[in-house]
Amino acid sequence: MKRTVIPLGPFHPLLEEAEFFKLYVEGETVVDVDVRIGYMHRGIEKLSTLKTYDQSTFIVERICGICSTSHPIAYVLAVEDLGGFTVPDRAHYIRTIICELERIHSHLLWVGLAGHFIGYDTVFMWAWKYREPILDICEKLTGNRNHYAMMKPGGVRRDLNSDDFAWVQREMDKIIGEMEMLVGAVLDDPVLHARTKGIGVLTKEDAIAYGTVGPTVRASGIPDDIRTDDPYAAYDRIDWKVITWESGDVFGKAAVRLLEIIEAAKIIKQCLDAMPEGPIDAHIKSVPAGEGIGHAEAPRGEVFHYVRGDGGNSPIRHKIRAPSYVNIPSFKATCVGHTIADVALITAAVDPCYCCTERMAVLERGSDNIVMSGRELTECSRAATDRLKKDYGSPTPVELAVKKLLMKEKA
Amino acid sequence: MTTEKTALSAIRKKFGDTLVDIHERNDRRVYITVNSIDLPAVCRFMYENLGGRLATASGVDMRSGIEILYHFMYPQEHRMITVRTKVKKPSPEIGSIGMFLPAAIWIEREIYDLLGVVFTNHPDPRRLVLADDWPDGVHPLRRDFKEFD
Repeated sequence: MKRTVIPLGPFHPLLEEAEFFKLYVEGETVVDVDVRIGYMHRGIEKLSTLKTYDQSTFIVERICGICSTSHPIAYVLAVEDLGGFTVPDRAHYIRTIICELERIHSHLLWVGLAGHFIGYDTVFMWAWKYREPILDICEKLTGNRNHYAMMKPGGVRRDLNSDDFAWVQREMDKIIGEMEMLVGAVLDDPVLHARTKGIGVLTKEDAIAYGTVGPTVRASGIPDDIRTDDPYAAYDRIDWKVITWESGDVFGKAAVRLLEIIEAAKIIKQCLDAMPEGPIDAHIKSVPAGEGIGHAEAPRGEVFHYVRGDGGNSPIRHKIRAPSYVNIPSFKATCVGHTIADVALITAAVDPCYCCTERMAVLERGSDNIVMSGRELTECSRAATDRLKKDYGSPTPVELAVKKLLMKEKA
Repeated sequence: MTTEKTALSAIRKKFGDTLVDIHERNDRRVYITVNSIDLPAVCRFMYENLGGRLATASGVDMRSGIEILYHFMYPQEHRMITVRTKVKKPSPEIGSIGMFLPAAIWIEREIYDLLGVVFTNHPDPRRLVLADDWPDGVHPLRRDFKEFD
């Protein structure tokens, strides 16, 4: 059969990381995947060695717009590991709250985009509507909807105002209720089941071999979570559980993310209740020579930072590894054997590469003739869902839930 | 799987004198120094027999040579074990672990790009992060790197 190469990417305004996927297809079926990165290599590791330890915190915050607090916290943990510094209790709790707020808004962003790509625009509008109040909380607590600049080696940069706590508690109760409704609607929908179950299964063995992290590995039934594996901030002092799912498919990854949002809201509520009084900063004067490893559980998985210092004012080496770096190579294991319409979904399930599905184009091998544009491929994915919708008849649970919600709002 | 209680004691038992140094920095961080020739075997044991997850590898130009560190996470033990080795300049070379551990493929390609360490027996020895027209033999994270146009 004739082999076709489908290039995917590399740039899209919505992408936080630029990637380029080359899909080798025979007919509709993907037979191999090749990934190229490096389009946006900004040299941050090198730049960090030219700045002071304090300044580098701001630089690593710019690695990713969505994980904007995961990189700084992993970095400050590495510096604290290097120097053996102790962080005040209150700072631990504040760090936990900011990290979990970030997890909620990042996962909601994903849920929305996932809904859009499979042709459920209701889910997209819904998820993003619920995301907005979370960003408002971020703004009220830290001064910014994103890029909070809260972390610093030795503690946090700004204190939280306890007058806001009651309001945040109420908002968290609200999001828990809303999410329970959304989880019920989405996870019961037969069309979504048919569309996402058994698609892009990542087996336990492959998950370990590729070193995958975050919801990607937890959806394969492995309870790897840095928050329990190597506890930081206040995660070892509060009661919460690691969400896992056994199936390893797209449905599992969606379920893990949805349930993690509820868990994150519960973590925030407990932190607000247990917030200790006291200083928020250890006031580090100098960083000794040595090396330190810091890692944190970002929404997409483990963020890893390694810092080596020589006793001077800036690190001599700063190694950064973002979660997608280990999740993306696993496409070799998950995409092969599936159709093009499903690949959009499988890459989406890992999260970063999601938006580049819009830029997919089918090319004839050996020439630049576009056989199929990115838009057509997205349509391909949406049409697959539409066919299923017809088979199952309406209304689906999602549609029913919308109706209920509209009635409630009217009343 | 081995009968030893912790990954560290299993490594100690298996490799004994071939390990140059074991530094238990604290409960959660251990650094093991090995000779570069032994590195693939130690990593293979840590992944295949002890079930470690390779977080990533770091390369550091230490002037006297290039240090390469493979960071393995052991979630059940709440511990990160780092295997460290040093390769000599000017033409650093070391055996790849990508043949048996796919998680290492990308990071070894990156270390070649940025530090110029050649990984022998690498399954896919292409560039990863630098541009296709980047000159050969220029590695931006080397201490002697000079910017150019």
